[in-house]
Amino acid sequence: MEAVKFENVKFSYREEEDEFAVNGVTLSIEEGQFVAVLGRNGSGKSTLAKMINALLVPTEGSVTVFGLDASDPKNTFEIRKSAGMVFQNPDNQTVASIVEDDVAFGPENIGVPREEIGKRIDFALDAVGMQAYRHATPSRLSGGQKQRIAIAGVLAVMPKIMILDESTAMLDPKGRREVMDVIKKLNKERGMTVILITHFMDEALEADRAIVMHRGEAVMDGTPEEIFSRADELETYNLTLPRAAYISKKLAEGGMPVKGAFNAEELAEEICASLRKI
Amino acid sequence: MRIVAKDLTYTYNPKSPFATQALKGADLVIEEGEFFGIIGHTGSGKSTFVQHLNALIRLTGGSLTVGDYDLSDKKCKFLELRSKVGMVFQYPEYQLFAETVEKDVMFGLKNFCKGMSEEEKQKAVREAIETVDLDYEDVKDRSPFELSGGQKRRAAIAGVIVTKPEVLILDEPAAGLDPLGKQEIMQLLHSIHGGWCKTVIIVSHDMDEIAENCTRAAVFSEGKVVMEGAPAEIFRRSDELIALGLDIPVTAKCARILKERGIEIDTDFTCDDFISKVLALYARSGGVSKADTGAARAEKADAQGGAGDAQ
Repeated sequence: MEAVKFENVKFSYREEEDEFAVNGVTLSIEEGQFVAVLGRNGSGKSTLAKMINALLVPTEGSVTVFGLDASDPKNTFEIRKSAGMVFQNPDNQTVASIVEDDVAFGPENIGVPREEIGKRIDFALDAVGMQAYRHATPSRLSGGQKQRIAIAGVLAVMPKIMILDESTAMLDPKGRREVMDVIKKLNKERGMTVILITHFMDEALEADRAIVMHRGEAVMDGTPEEIFSRADELETYNLTLPRAAYISKKLAEGGMPVKGAFNAEELAEEICASLRKI
Repeated sequence: MRIVAKDLTYTYNPKSPFATQALKGADLVIEEGEFFGIIGHTGSGKSTFVQHLNALIRLTGGSLTVGDYDLSDKKCKFLELRSKVGMVFQYPEYQLFAETVEKDVMFGLKNFCKGMSEEEKQKAVREAIETVDLDYEDVKDRSPFELSGGQKRRAAIAGVIVTKPEVLILDEPAAGLDPLGKQEIMQLLHSIHGGWCKTVIIVSHDMDEIAENCTRAAVFSEGKVVMEGAPAEIFRRSDELIALGLDIPVTAKCARILKERGIEIDTDFTCDDFISKVLALYARSGGVSKADTGAARAEKADAQGGAGDAQ
């Protein structure tokens, strides 16, 4: 089933101007897909994402989420229940002084009965591996833990789509790994549709599909491997290759028979193979 | 200014149930002229350490000198020290506050350079804004909040370098920027380094960034400096880094795997060096390489000559 559908969508932050942050995007995302959205700052990634849960409403064109028109205010509530969003700064997403209260905030707002809320907190904290911190104070947690609590807060509403807007940008490598592991698990085990906006090319490699935004348009769309094998095109959009892919490309240009590698293991394998061929 | 820290200790919330000892006897010397990297996972004490360097955290244990400033001396001229040791925090753009970029950058000068004439201040602000590659005429009267992410960060850096600090410390200067934005910030730091700014110190989680940019680095763990040296030396000890729960550069990861398979690559772990060393090895092993290094060709000729003799 189609989870999200964009049809010729344009969005402008300033009514009077013809400047579109998103400029004519048509694409659809199937339920259960893990999609990475790449692009420079200001390329329209966040604007695109915010239209999925009706934080922004398209200036032109239409966005539908599980068949519901996101431009219709009557659908806003329903759409926000099915598409949850996690933002960049973990400190800006905490509303309560105790973890379980924070996770309960979403379901309380949509009027989930009290007994059911307890179950949802359990489910959400288990899913992100933070059950042990149920009674902890969010401000004393690490960045990665705070982001997992933010994800739990979204999960407690039981959305079908999870949108992460550079949610790993402020984390250290360990925190990033924790968050990536959680969202991959949600995607694989629960079939959650994941839309991950990121500047880390390595994270994009973990997705099923990558979309590159440039000046408001979706200019590349394919598997991460396909996208990263089109290095020259990426460069015109001011994006870089994952480091292992860059090295393998340079080695190939230097005359070694290496294929594109996307991580250190593949790169080592390729180097070994070409040395063996001699 | 040479920085010498000996046996630094520091405890947050002392004498309370929340007491945590962040530094447990850190020793480190940073020479003038270095582009120094500080590595360590969250909670290793690295931020506490750098905040000591311009007395944002007052010395409570051990000794610390920055150039001629002895920070254990209560009579130390802290204000003067702070104008010479600039500190750029993580996400410095969150600290922008003034109505215009010019006023924001001016703020530092007003605090530190009270003796300067209005004209001199104006000139210094202009210079700082131009140094960070912003168009002075274009941005000076604009609100800093109208700028793009990368521009905001540079405006915030301008507010620190306006006093021309001899030592510039930056906590995760490239975090959260897109790849090109990252490159631009690192290029900016290299262009400042070596002029009035003699020493640059960056705190970073990005090991590739440390490998590519730093002359030397120190690894913090549990409040102490556990490794110190050129990035090449540090990343050669990748087993220890992994044991500490730290990342290593992609080049080091790859070199490790190759080593297990009996292929040694003697690299400093920068991308360029790694690529040329692998290509040289390939050429030396008899592969046809386009690598146009005379040395590689000569070595290849030698290798082939040697092989010929054996036959």
